[in-house]
Amino acid sequence: MSNRIVNWFKFASPQTFYPLAGKMIPWFWALTAVFGLVGLYIGFFVAPTDAQQGEGYRIIFIHVPASWLSMFIYLIMAFWAALGLGFNTRLSGMMASALAPTGALMAFLSLWTGALWGKPMWGTWWVWDARLTSELILFFLYLGFIALQSAIDDARRADKAGAVLALVGVANIPIIYFSVKWWNTLHQGASVSLTRSPSMAQTMLWGMLLMALAFWMYSIAVSLTRVRAIILERERHAGWVEELKELKS
Amino acid sequence: MKWNSFSEFLAMGGHALYVWGSFGACLLLMIVEPILAKARRSNALTELKREIAARKENVNENF
Repeated sequence: MSNRIVNWFKFASPQTFYPLAGKMIPWFWALTAVFGLVGLYIGFFVAPTDAQQGEGYRIIFIHVPASWLSMFIYLIMAFWAALGLGFNTRLSGMMASALAPTGALMAFLSLWTGALWGKPMWGTWWVWDARLTSELILFFLYLGFIALQSAIDDARRADKAGAVLALVGVANIPIIYFSVKWWNTLHQGASVSLTRSPSMAQTMLWGMLLMALAFWMYSIAVSLTRVRAIILERERHAGWVEELKELKS
Repeated sequence: MKWNSFSEFLAMGGHALYVWGSFGACLLLMIVEPILAKARRSNALTELKREIAARKENVNENF
């Protein structure tokens, strides 16, 4: 047991994590491509036309994955932020900062594709409905986190301030998730739930799950790339950075 | 294959603007974001190279 703890702390050091992340990135890109291509193929060529929404429903293949990831990334970001706040580990804050822009991108995509889906189906781009509003708040939380961190010069203090904001904002996640149950919303209920069988065709479901996996792998690949940049920025005075072979050429 | 022709595929049953507007934005952002992330890392590397070179020069001058 103690052995395992030592190992985790080893990977929690930027020096060990930097090359490890570099090795993992190509694999996550490959997985993104595989899941994405199969997901798109199923989404466009296998999944049937929806009885009510025609072909317009195909937006679901990016709308749902983007929405899931926007919430999931926030939870991971808050987890790293909390870890950094509690244990004062250097890598945690860097992970949280690396995840925020990707989370913001997912929240934006969720809102954007939602608007483009709402227009033909509900007749409006936007309503101040509980689901849509809470997702918009999530988008602003990401932007607030990024703005707050970039406003503070000292990286460690920026991490702490960001962590507090991220942790307070966690309250919004269950609000988004359960908004369609708690309030009477224009937004439809969950298409996939843990407690009952999905209310959609099998092929649609598979397409959506594969696209969600592709988005997930994409998020890991791009945030690992970003965390490597952040490590270099923040650890530039550390001896190990000078020894990197990237700097020898 | 459920589409009879490529133009039918592009038309998306009359929802072309909404479907392609969604997938297009997604594709665009997912191309731009990795480019920005990579640029950030190569900027950091360029900065570091400059810093290290400057530090070495300083050391040499002190001799």
